[in-house]
Amino acid sequence: MISINNISKSFSDKVILDNLSFTINHGDKIAIIGQSGIGKSVLLKTIIGLLRPDNGSITIDDQDINKISFKKLQKLRSKFGMVFQFGALFDSMTVGENIGLALQKLTNCDRFEINERISNSLLEVNMENTQDKMPSELSGGMKKRVGIARAIALNPEYMLYDEPTTGLDPIMTDSINRLINNFHSNGNVTSVVVTHEMKTVRDASERVIMLHNGKIQFDGTTDTFLNSNDPTVVAFLNGDSTYKG
Amino acid sequence: MKNIILQPFTYIISLFEHIGRYFDLMSKTLRSFTTWHLYIGFLPEHMMKLGISALPIVVVTGLFSGMVTSVQTAYQLESGFIPDSYVGGIVCVSVLMELSPMITALVMTGRVGASIAAEIGTMRVSEQIDALETLSFDPVSFLIMPRVISGAIMFPVMVVIADLFGLLGGFFAATTSIGISSYDYVYGLRDWFVPWYAIFGVIKAFSFGIAITSIACYFGYYTTGGAEGVGKSTTQTVVVSCITIVILNYLLAAILL
Repeated sequence: MISINNISKSFSDKVILDNLSFTINHGDKIAIIGQSGIGKSVLLKTIIGLLRPDNGSITIDDQDINKISFKKLQKLRSKFGMVFQFGALFDSMTVGENIGLALQKLTNCDRFEINERISNSLLEVNMENTQDKMPSELSGGMKKRVGIARAIALNPEYMLYDEPTTGLDPIMTDSINRLINNFHSNGNVTSVVVTHEMKTVRDASERVIMLHNGKIQFDGTTDTFLNSNDPTVVAFLNGDSTYKG
Repeated sequence: MKNIILQPFTYIISLFEHIGRYFDLMSKTLRSFTTWHLYIGFLPEHMMKLGISALPIVVVTGLFSGMVTSVQTAYQLESGFIPDSYVGGIVCVSVLMELSPMITALVMTGRVGASIAAEIGTMRVSEQIDALETLSFDPVSFLIMPRVISGAIMFPVMVVIADLFGLLGGFFAATTSIGISSYDYVYGLRDWFVPWYAIFGVIKAFSFGIAITSIACYFGYYTTGGAEGVGKSTTQTVVVSCITIVILNYLLAAILL
């Protein structure tokens, strides 16, 4: 379980997250949404300890991530898989090496087992036979799928997706949404998807947290969100730029 | 007006911030020394990359710095009262103690330092360093430690190569364009040679290697602001490394000689 307690985060004078609190239960499939620049990715990076909150605490499986040692934080992070907006694949490594890097460090698998897990992960994201390709040879959608393969290769308990479908065509978006759903149900994981794509919200989430002006504007089921009467939510759903809530 | 008055203070504060963050990063790097098993595998790759990428330019600059020293020494000594063998001796001392370490370091700053800063900076802005952290890697031990160790090992090797080519260049220039006999040049070189000169050059190279790679890693690691930020980090690396080299050069001479 991830518990976010009264966290705030500012950059220079700009308040990005303002006293946010919510809980992510095991097995949740959450979409964190909001306008671009509202702090969704900052929230995601704060959850995994890449950014430290100015105030408040984040507790993962009863451990406050900002109070534990770096070694314990590293161990805790091994429970997570994170998919970055642009894949964040290591340029100097092949697709196979990108996926195998953490397997070499975090598991006791031998070379044969690692190769098998690389192949299986790539198969799950429909990217088989691409082990030897370099990231520069892949399209944006392929990079994101390899990013997902890299994350799921470690069988994480928590999957964090940072804008997994942004900038993709509708078919690729659907393909990524299906991967999120498949891995959520098959892997028995907790999924947190940061997005502003409504198709991803509809197809790949059961709970929605909407951020607005640094605070939580909405926290509820996806169905409730889609039928909400809250003017800010309605403006977001309708893409109404004239609304100044 | 107020901004103009405050500008120097802003620069001074920023300078101290950089120094503080640099030493903080270096203390983390030193602490990660114990996790050698994580980065030892990457060392040969970094050493090869660092050495092979810089070798041609080190050879060329070494060769020509020896040649020009030879020609200019002969020009200064052309009165006829000073023996020709002095050319070999002066080339030997100049190349081993000053020219090779200094010129190699400045060249390596442009070639290796800039490349390290750009590579790590690009990894920072494209979230590859964040990805490493989420995969439970310590980016300091994974990215910085192997590069600094490679610099500490390969810079002295590069300087020894530059020494060799500097002396050869001096020999070539002395015998072809100045008309000094090969016997006189080699005699002067052997007569003036003291092993400490070469050791001193290697000590300098070791210090420059650590300084350049760590400064490049620092600016790369704290890159912000996309492609423009990477360019800025690369420029800062070259500028700060050059200044650090000349200061270190003086300090080492003052302390060791």
